[in-house]
Amino acid sequence: MVTYREAMRQAIREALTRDDRAFLMGEDVGRYGGCYAVSLGLLEEFGPERIRDTPLSESAFVGAGIGAALNGMRPIVEIMTVNFSLLALDQIVNNAATLSYMSGGQFNVPLVIRMTTGAGRQLGAQHSHSLEGWYAHIPGLRALAPATLEDARGMLWPALQDPDPVIIFEHGTLYNIEGELADDAGPVDINTAAVRRPGDDVTIITYGGTMRTGLGAAEQLAGSGVSAEVIDLRCLRPLDTATIVSSVARTHRAVIVDEGWRTGSLAAEVSARIMEEVFYDLDAPVARVCSAEVPMPYAKHLEDAAIPQVADVVAAVQMLGG
Amino acid sequence: MGDFTMPSLGADMEAGTIAQWLVKPGDEVHRGGIVAVVETEKSTMEVEIFESGVIDELLVHEGESVPVGTVLAHVTTRTAEAVTAAPPPPPPSGPLPPPVVSPVVRRLAERSGVDLAVLSGSGLGGTVTRADVERAAQPTGDEGARPEWALGRAGPRSSPLARRLAAELGVDLSALRGSGPHGSVVERDVRLAVEVRPDETPPAPVAPEDRQAAMRRAIGALMARSKREIPHYYLSTTIDLTAPAAWLEQTNLERPITGRLIMSVLLLKATALAVKAVPEMNGFMGGGTFASSEAVHVGVAVSLRTGGVIAPAIHNVDQLTLDELMTGLKDLVGRARTGVLRTSEMSDPTITVTNLGELGVETVFGVIYPPQVALVGFGRVTERAWARDGMLGVHPCVTATLSADHRVSDGHRGGRFLAEIDRLLQEPGKL
Amino acid sequence: MTNDEARQLIRSVLHQVAPEADLDEVGAGETLQEALDLDSMDFLNFVVGLHEATGLEIPERDYPQLSTVEGCVTYLTSAG
Repeated sequence: MVTYREAMRQAIREALTRDDRAFLMGEDVGRYGGCYAVSLGLLEEFGPERIRDTPLSESAFVGAGIGAALNGMRPIVEIMTVNFSLLALDQIVNNAATLSYMSGGQFNVPLVIRMTTGAGRQLGAQHSHSLEGWYAHIPGLRALAPATLEDARGMLWPALQDPDPVIIFEHGTLYNIEGELADDAGPVDINTAAVRRPGDDVTIITYGGTMRTGLGAAEQLAGSGVSAEVIDLRCLRPLDTATIVSSVARTHRAVIVDEGWRTGSLAAEVSARIMEEVFYDLDAPVARVCSAEVPMPYAKHLEDAAIPQVADVVAAVQMLGG
Repeated sequence: MGDFTMPSLGADMEAGTIAQWLVKPGDEVHRGGIVAVVETEKSTMEVEIFESGVIDELLVHEGESVPVGTVLAHVTTRTAEAVTAAPPPPPPSGPLPPPVVSPVVRRLAERSGVDLAVLSGSGLGGTVTRADVERAAQPTGDEGARPEWALGRAGPRSSPLARRLAAELGVDLSALRGSGPHGSVVERDVRLAVEVRPDETPPAPVAPEDRQAAMRRAIGALMARSKREIPHYYLSTTIDLTAPAAWLEQTNLERPITGRLIMSVLLLKATALAVKAVPEMNGFMGGGTFASSEAVHVGVAVSLRTGGVIAPAIHNVDQLTLDELMTGLKDLVGRARTGVLRTSEMSDPTITVTNLGELGVETVFGVIYPPQVALVGFGRVTERAWARDGMLGVHPCVTATLSADHRVSDGHRGGRFLAEIDRLLQEPGKL
Repeated sequence: MTNDEARQLIRSVLHQVAPEADLDEVGAGETLQEALDLDSMDFLNFVVGLHEATGLEIPERDYPQLSTVEGCVTYLTSAG
């Protein structure tokens, strides 16, 4: 049995083993072993040159990562949470995402930034938000959301091969999930969405931390005779529109589950694409299950109430049935 | 805010015409109150409202025919009212000041021949803007200039898929009743309409003088559906009415004319009580499963002299005294014949009784009214040679029949039901 | 009550009970129930109507005498 955390560690180990130019840097990734213990033991294995602790300045070490990438390295930068990544927004959005375009393709930024995202662990409003949608908005970036052990294990290597900056969102509630992972598990495709459960009556579209919420809802719905298909977006930018619309064209109903806030969300983008592409196949309005529009509460019952739960998804699907 | 919608006044109803509004905007209404008179192909009915509040707006004019489910009026409900009741804006006092007009706008008005004095400004503080002048300068009737797609569409809410399918399959969406979210017409409604259609002529718009033909068509559609969907079985038994007839004669002897009872009342009451012993005769078939009903609302088939038949309900017949039932029956038959029935009477009978025999025939094998599952028929009361206790005598008798849904019950239970009616009639004093 | 008065009364009561029914179509010997499609409720209403107009207490056993127009006329003229 392997945890998501261990799968991610294996991915970093593979990257550092296969490519001399690859290295990991971030706050507490070395001696402490990573805030979420992803890099535990890697300092001993690869040494301080390649597992680098940084000062508490996201802007500085992301900027350093961009510089290293421009100069031919393959940096993996870890940011503690998506909330803190806002301190490096200028580096990510104004520099990493633009340089290739502004230099007419002369300079690529083959940088990977890993960051924790999402709520569910009582870490309060400054550590719990889901801002994946913001990054998915930016041309020049690729945004990935591994929701399974295979993706945690397999997305990092192809991300490093991408000549442009890639952001990997690791949902905080996933690190401890456990399961079987094949010994030869390796790189996966990072362009397409995946059908995690086939079904005929409704398509539940989700990603990252709420992917298992979607699966749980599908399981419950099966008990009442509703066959729900669950799509894991996996790649938030660019979105795999084809997989989404071919499913909805068949099921005629869609529920999008997104831990981001509804307003201006990734869910809104998916919904819009469904309307644009398969409007005449819809048998009900597209429904969304998103987080309550409040800064994430600390108290457990409030936090639970604020984020999408299985019962919310089931209810949304049932509403579509009329 | 609540919506008052065109109710379904029977399984076969697709549309209704507002014959008369009994309320106007601003009127206070109470749950259960009669707010409108609705004409259907089969009859005219008083329609109850299910919310209390204030009528906000009437959306459908008298004489207009709309599909079931169409919003007829907006009702501001009590709680909503409390929240939204803002103080009305103070009425303007004194004469209105002349409109404020900028030099540019004044010049534009002069050029395009617009009288500024008659314009009401839409700008800040009532200022007349360029746009106001341009609008006034345009010839009216620009509605006609709008493209057809911008004018909106009538008809029920429907999903994009339902619309596409309806167009492909040639189904008239406005005739469908939606089962989807917010009452929208969805794919399954369209597919169902296609399945049902082959042996029904599409309903044509109904002129009032065609009422009789429309009614015939509505009955035809409903009965065709019944015969198509319901596997009927039929049972018949002859019941000796000596005891109830004697009881009735004795009872009526002591009563003034206006208080007299008729045999139909005893037959109705006995039927209503008999379902207690065989509950699978009383209720509804829906979505492939039968739901028996606690309440016994007996539909009474009333034939109209102008042709046609309707079967409105008397509610809770099992709990009524014979006198109450007599009053109810008199009222119901009278209103059915004059054409003013209530919503609930048309939509919720749980079993139907037909008394066709009064007009001559001995035996009636009826067709079940969907979604009900049983219909009891009583033939003419005739004197017959009847053997009892080893003696042959002349007894008043009636043939009682049962048409029942084989998906719900079988002949054994049906037989038990008729036997129970017989047993109950033999003790008329207890009815 | 004269013959004509009785006939007039029968016509008006029947009109209330069964507005659609046409009394002129009833043959001399025909029963009202059959000719005008009256069921027992209609017939009771007819009897009640006669009672309200004349004050006569019409017992059930007299009903057979009222089954034709002529029978009704005879009943009303001889009683009142």
